Amino acid sequence: MKLVTAIIKPFKLEDVKESLRGVGVQGMTVTEVRGFGRQRGHTEVYRGAEYQVDFVPKVKIEVVCDDMEVQGVVDSIMKSARTGKIGDGKIIVSDAEQVFRIRTGEAGRDAL
Amino acid sequence: MPEVSGADTAWILTSSALVMFMTPGLALFYGGLVRSKNVLATIMQSFFALGLVSVIWMVLGYSLGFGPDHGKLIGDLSFFGLKDVGAEPGPFAATIPHSAYMIFQMMFAVITPALITGAFAERMRFRGYVLFMALWSIVVYSPLAHWVWGGGWLGLGDGNVQALDFAGGTVVHINAGVAALACILYMGKRKGYGKQAMHPHNIPMVITGAAILWFGWFGFNAGSALSSGGLASAAFVNTHLGAAAALLGWIIFEWARNKVPTTVGAATGAVAGLVAITPAAGFVEPWAAVVIGFAAGAICYAAVSLKPKIGYDDSLDVVGVHMVGGIVGALLTGVFATATISGLDPSLDGLAYGNGVTQLGRQALAVIVTLAFSFVMTLIICWIVDKTVGLRVDEDAELEGLDLSQHSEAGYTFVEVGTLTSAGHAASMGSTMTPGKTEETVR
Repeated sequence: MKLVTAIIKPFKLEDVKESLRGVGVQGMTVTEVRGFGRQRGHTEVYRGAEYQVDFVPKVKIEVVCDDMEVQGVVDSIMKSARTGKIGDGKIIVSDAEQVFRIRTGEAGRDAL
Repeated sequence: MPEVSGADTAWILTSSALVMFMTPGLALFYGGLVRSKNVLATIMQSFFALGLVSVIWMVLGYSLGFGPDHGKLIGDLSFFGLKDVGAEPGPFAATIPHSAYMIFQMMFAVITPALITGAFAERMRFRGYVLFMALWSIVVYSPLAHWVWGGGWLGLGDGNVQALDFAGGTVVHINAGVAALACILYMGKRKGYGKQAMHPHNIPMVITGAAILWFGWFGFNAGSALSSGGLASAAFVNTHLGAAAALLGWIIFEWARNKVPTTVGAATGAVAGLVAITPAAGFVEPWAAVVIGFAAGAICYAAVSLKPKIGYDDSLDVVGVHMVGGIVGALLTGVFATATISGLDPSLDGLAYGNGVTQLGRQALAVIVTLAFSFVMTLIICWIVDKTVGLRVDEDAELEGLDLSQHSEAGYTFVEVGTLTSAGHAASMGSTMTPGKTEETVR
């Protein structure tokens, strides 16, 4: 079982969702986040005082999938979230020890 | 010399303040309807008009609209810079100071182009917007105001079309609505329109804005009596009933068709009713105001529902509400106008009062003239702005949002992040600074 976490550009969310559905992903969790990588932030000006803001709005997607499906999920996100410009984001794959479905108590693959 | 009435003056100055408040109300109404990354830019496109159009109106606009007539087409420059616009009554209202009449009209001049901004919301370049507003105010609004109210060929008077427009069905709403249509046809759709979700980001703000518009509209319509008394009261009552009936009309049809009554629908319906009752407010009986409002709620709901099928991107439904609602109101004025309310000559009565289609025909002609004139002139202005300072933001700026790309501000902060730059320090210490540029595009 793997947890795939992707940080993407907010306006790419619909594309990524559709792409993941296309490879059989049944569900996902999204969060609005801020962060920075190589992409520079922007300046904001309030009554003449200028601020450098490095944290840029992003969307974080979390998908749990079977080990066999990881490559397909990663490829799907990679393809659908890419603009080719700086700031396209990251994909992190980590081990997920166990998954349960609360309603039925099912575990593992059956809970996905 | 006619005598200035204290009561009339008090009501017109109060009404002017009420109409002024409609523009920030509109800013909230529109601001809540857009996505959160464009909230400030959208608010700014209304709020800035209070600065820009007010000064243009003071210098030139009022004189072109309401100065001594030339060929029934345009006013001259007699009132340039408000020369001779003072305590004595002017040519259009015998019992109030000329300055009171001028400031009342100024508030109409401000809100009318601000109405258009809902159509091109989320994609207009700020400097393009500024030039657009200035040109449109001078070459579209002032002439049309002159034609209908300033002694020109469409309004009342011997040899004129004799169209009735109590408070701005043609001059304000059809004018702004069809200009909105011209803008969006010229500019094209927002990026991702029809594919990505573009729903309102703050509906309580939309309702607050609609409530302020409703409140201000009492000044807009009842103030257009240009006096306090029976006519102003009739217009006040009709304004409220028009909004109320349209709110019901919209919700009934929405509930039946979409299976759900929405708050945005209630707010939009009320605004549609206020639009439709505007030309009729001082001419019709209360029952007719209810009919006009209900019709506007239903028809504007249908018009807005048809938008996806027609396929143009009118971001905030300026066409469906203001153009369509304005046409409904202007035409129904030709059905329900009656001398018993207006105090005008019975030859101006509508279809329902035994005057046949005479007045309805005059209303239709005024509608067609307004549609054609404003549409063509607005297209020309769009072209000029496009070829000079640019109309539309580039793709990166549109994706990033207009708040950051056009104004370097964020409407909502997540946590207070950011470092005061050295330039920022210099500014806060009182020395001059150069405005910072975004280093690299971000979204």
